[in-house]
Amino acid sequence: MPAVSKGDGMRGLAVFISDIRNCKSKEAEIKRINKELANIRSKFKGDKALDGYSKKKYVCKLLFIFLLGHDIDFGHMEAVNLLSSNKYTEKQIGYLFISVLVNSNSELIRLINNAIKNDLSSRNPTFMCLALHCIANVGSREMAEAFASEIPRILVAGDTMDSVKQSAALCLLRLYKTSPDLVLMGEWTSRVVHLLNDQHMGVVTAAISLITCLSQKNPDEFKTCVSLAVSRLSRIVSSASTDLQDYTYYFVPAPWLSCKLLRLLQCYPPPEDGAVKGRLVECLETILNKAQEPPKSKKVQHSNAKNAILFEAISLIIHYDSEPNLLVRACNQLGQFLQHRETNLRYLALESMCTLASSEFSHEAVKTHIETVINALKTERDVSVRQRAADLLYAMCDRSNAKQIVAEMLSYLETADYSIREEMVLKVAILAEKYAVDYSWYVDTILNLIRIAGDYVSEEVWYRVIQIVINRDDVQGYAAKTVFEALQAPACHENMVKVGGYILGEFGNLIAGDPRSSPLVQFNLLHSKFHLCSVPTRALLLSAYIKFINLFPETKATIQEVLRCDSQIRNSDVELQQRAVEYLKLSSIASTDVLATVLEEMPPFPERESSILAKLKKKKGPGAVSVTELEDSKREGGELNGGGDRGQDTATMAASNASTPSPSADLLGIRSTAPLGAAPASAGSLLVDVFSEAGPTAPSAAVNDDGFLRDLEQPTETSDSLLVEGSGDLDSAPPSEDPAPPLSEADDLLNKFVCKNNGVLFENQLLQIGIKSEYRQNLGRMYLFYGNKTSVQFASFTTTVSCPGELQSQLNVQTKPVEPLVEGGAQIQQVLNIECLTDFSDAPLLNIKFRYGGALQNLTLKLPVTINKFFQPTEMTSHDFFQRWKQLSQPQQEAQKIFKANNSMDTEVLKAKLLGLGTALLDNVDPNPENYVCAGVIQTKSQQVGCLLRLEPNAQAQMYRLTLRCSKDSVSRRLCELLAEQF
Amino acid sequence: MFYRGLKLALNSNRSHGDNFDIVKGFAQSCYQFNWIRFILIQNRAGKTRLAKWYMQFDDDEKQKLIEEVHAVVTVRDAKHTNFVEFRNFKIIYRRYAGLYFCICVDVTDNNLAYLEGIHNFVEVLNEYFHNVCELDLVFNFYKVYTVVDEMFLAGEIRETSQTKVLKQLLMLQSLE
Repeated sequence: MPAVSKGDGMRGLAVFISDIRNCKSKEAEIKRINKELANIRSKFKGDKALDGYSKKKYVCKLLFIFLLGHDIDFGHMEAVNLLSSNKYTEKQIGYLFISVLVNSNSELIRLINNAIKNDLSSRNPTFMCLALHCIANVGSREMAEAFASEIPRILVAGDTMDSVKQSAALCLLRLYKTSPDLVLMGEWTSRVVHLLNDQHMGVVTAAISLITCLSQKNPDEFKTCVSLAVSRLSRIVSSASTDLQDYTYYFVPAPWLSCKLLRLLQCYPPPEDGAVKGRLVECLETILNKAQEPPKSKKVQHSNAKNAILFEAISLIIHYDSEPNLLVRACNQLGQFLQHRETNLRYLALESMCTLASSEFSHEAVKTHIETVINALKTERDVSVRQRAADLLYAMCDRSNAKQIVAEMLSYLETADYSIREEMVLKVAILAEKYAVDYSWYVDTILNLIRIAGDYVSEEVWYRVIQIVINRDDVQGYAAKTVFEALQAPACHENMVKVGGYILGEFGNLIAGDPRSSPLVQFNLLHSKFHLCSVPTRALLLSAYIKFINLFPETKATIQEVLRCDSQIRNSDVELQQRAVEYLKLSSIASTDVLATVLEEMPPFPERESSILAKLKKKKGPGAVSVTELEDSKREGGELNGGGDRGQDTATMAASNASTPSPSADLLGIRSTAPLGAAPASAGSLLVDVFSEAGPTAPSAAVNDDGFLRDLEQPTETSDSLLVEGSGDLDSAPPSEDPAPPLSEADDLLNKFVCKNNGVLFENQLLQIGIKSEYRQNLGRMYLFYGNKTSVQFASFTTTVSCPGELQSQLNVQTKPVEPLVEGGAQIQQVLNIECLTDFSDAPLLNIKFRYGGALQNLTLKLPVTINKFFQPTEMTSHDFFQRWKQLSQPQQEAQKIFKANNSMDTEVLKAKLLGLGTALLDNVDPNPENYVCAGVIQTKSQQVGCLLRLEPNAQAQMYRLTLRCSKDSVSRRLCELLAEQF
Repeated sequence: MFYRGLKLALNSNRSHGDNFDIVKGFAQSCYQFNWIRFILIQNRAGKTRLAKWYMQFDDDEKQKLIEEVHAVVTVRDAKHTNFVEFRNFKIIYRRYAGLYFCICVDVTDNNLAYLEGIHNFVEVLNEYFHNVCELDLVFNFYKVYTVVDEMFLAGEIRETSQTKVLKQLLMLQSLE
């Protein structure tokens, strides 16, 4: 082999480089460079024509100077001159200079393109390669325009040399990436696919990158590559370690090509042809088997090459997600790697297992490795490995191991690297919420989280714990007790003070019976933290104090004293001063009745997607949190928030919130300065507004501790007011054994559930029906909870689900009969299995009959099974979106509606609804950022229906324009109907 | 996926001034396809011995990336993995004596394949320069580019056979 001596061929260059290296200072270097630049400039300008060698040498020096980080503003012309030299070394330096110092000087580009053109047609393979490499390195649009049609010809021509083919394939790939519009598909495309069969493995290696890229964009046109790739792979995998000679790397046959083949296959679903599929499964099995064989070499290169193929094969197995046997084998193999002495392998195994955990076939197998993973979290030296371990724990978490995993993550947090703490906190918070079986555990976990990593607990996390405590009356007493205890610590994190202040302000009364936590003790405890807190926390505490005055009249004098002191009432911070002044005034002039109304307990928050999850999603970026995971936790979140439905009506909320200057949107209202609903009130007139609005409308002075009861007693305040009338109808309906016709408001009920899966479907004085549902592909499962609200038994309780008319052939709903007796206060559950056969428009009917005190009750509801439940979200780029949008251009494929906004046009609310719809909400797709676009595929047994949605709000007119385009026209129409009611 | 780490990069950013434009440029132009974004050879002191870019960056951006890669890679010890998350990408790297060979790829790319891709490249250099050392790469920088182009092109692996690459290099060497 040639041993290249220092700067051989160009002595002057070697001398110059040595000089530079010998410079003692930056100044000396600059001096030397300037001297050289002057020299070169004079040579280039000189009268004497330079010979090729000198030109090459000087251009090369200029290049060296540029690479040292200095600007070069001449020599381009000389470099271009070198391109037309007949000597390889001169041409090479010319091309190198052009590639490194691209300049979009149009005059030069024309000359360069001319030289490239000459070389491409020179039939000299060396020159052709140089020209192709130059195009591939520069990849500018001008070059694409000049050569995009020429290169495919070179690539598929019969007489092209192998090395030129390799370069041409990748050159074309580069042009396709930068200017896809200029690379036109044509007759060459089918011939490119057949390069997979080429005898020269190097040609296959280069061509497969091009083919993979093209197939991603045009999967149908390149479909034939699947069977070709499988047979190529099969030949490599089954070859002996020496068969491929040049392409065997440390006893592994063609590792890179194998990886690329496996990756190409990941652009497609599993092969439909049984024989091809069988062959592929065989390959995958062989790869898995080889992992178990003793290594043919002890070198790490051998095992790395082998495992590169193994990991790519596992990716393909996960991509197919259809071969339980292979999935479990993959998982076992990765399990072995978890304890391997190579850090790389442990890292990759953790990473790969994360995706295996989300497959239903391998989830359980992954879970068996929990102890090893926990151990990795504790002992790995490399933070990135620990990070993967934490990711995997998060991915493998389910109800059965949540407590263990959350406990481990919490204890890891105490020592975790700062860089990953925030993400860890979010993960713990999500898992705690998602898998909370009892809420006291949830509250404990979050408070621990604040204690351990308070600085990293974002607003979303502590807002969420408060939302949940507010919405769950069974945990309020415990929460009050726990925060009270946590606040005893001499040093509390400020977030703890916030949570403590809020919770004691709402529920301090629940622990006030104990003399150790009497009202005054509670107040003093909170106030002892006050002076160390920031302004927003102080503002929150002031609100807690005024709530105390209402909860505990005996603290009034003390608190008024505090509010009255100069540091509050004359505080330099406007917000604090305003709160102090207003609260003081409020507490002294308002009657207890008014006070009680104004400072009523916060109503439950509407059910919504956990903001924490949204945050993690944002942090990780789309795609990082898998969609199913999102969906899952949305459902689970809803469950936690079970009763949250009661206070749906935001207007109601706003009214009862008007007391504390807290807009409901910002949970605690500490960031904004007391906006009072829509009232055009200046901040100063706060009190007047409170009294003029809240006073007369507050119908009863009774302070209600229990939000649930309040709803029952004042049903007109709830969003379900229609239902009360409905039950009136029900009572007067003639007792009949026939199923009653659907309630008049059944459609409204249905609409409530288009964008969510859980909640209260129906409620009257006797019966409450709760619903929880989950969907995967074309299947769904719905849990119905029938709650007897009376103290009397329901007899002959029967429920029937029917699919009227056409729906019978579109939807398959199966269920078992329920127990005929429902005791007073009891709840029974019914499970429905739903299969979507084809798209549908109607909803299945649920008829319920029972005897209550001798009278037959008979009602029929529509079950909220709508076509959008079977959505699979699809992420795509703007380009893809509009391409598909254009493809769906037949008039009947589109449905459009323009309608008035019925609800808030708030961005977050809209986004939550669109996500609840089941589609993927695509960012940065629509040129107008105000618009929303979504994409998804409706999965039915018979077919898949692709759907694209565009929602254009007009805030000024309070109108929307909704456009749907689906591959099936009936779906467009139905979705349009459903959605027009949602916004 | 390409937002991943972006925020982190912004938050934890050293005082490199206006980093945002790079990040934006970085995120916008790369979706869907996996390919090598750049190859860097640096020594421990942070001097660049080869920089090969497979996507458009302006000179300031290149300089920032070079500095960041150096900062990320040199702090890791031998027990660490050969992979490190880098903005929304990852760096696969291996240290040979005082030189770090780094390849920047998409997070979903095959780590081990690129790790061995580096080694394959190093073995070729070693053979070509006959026991390669850092100085060979300095004095023959223009030849190193030729070696790279033979093995990697347009951010993809072009040729993996050491025999074939060396044969080609030998042939080129013999030309004038």
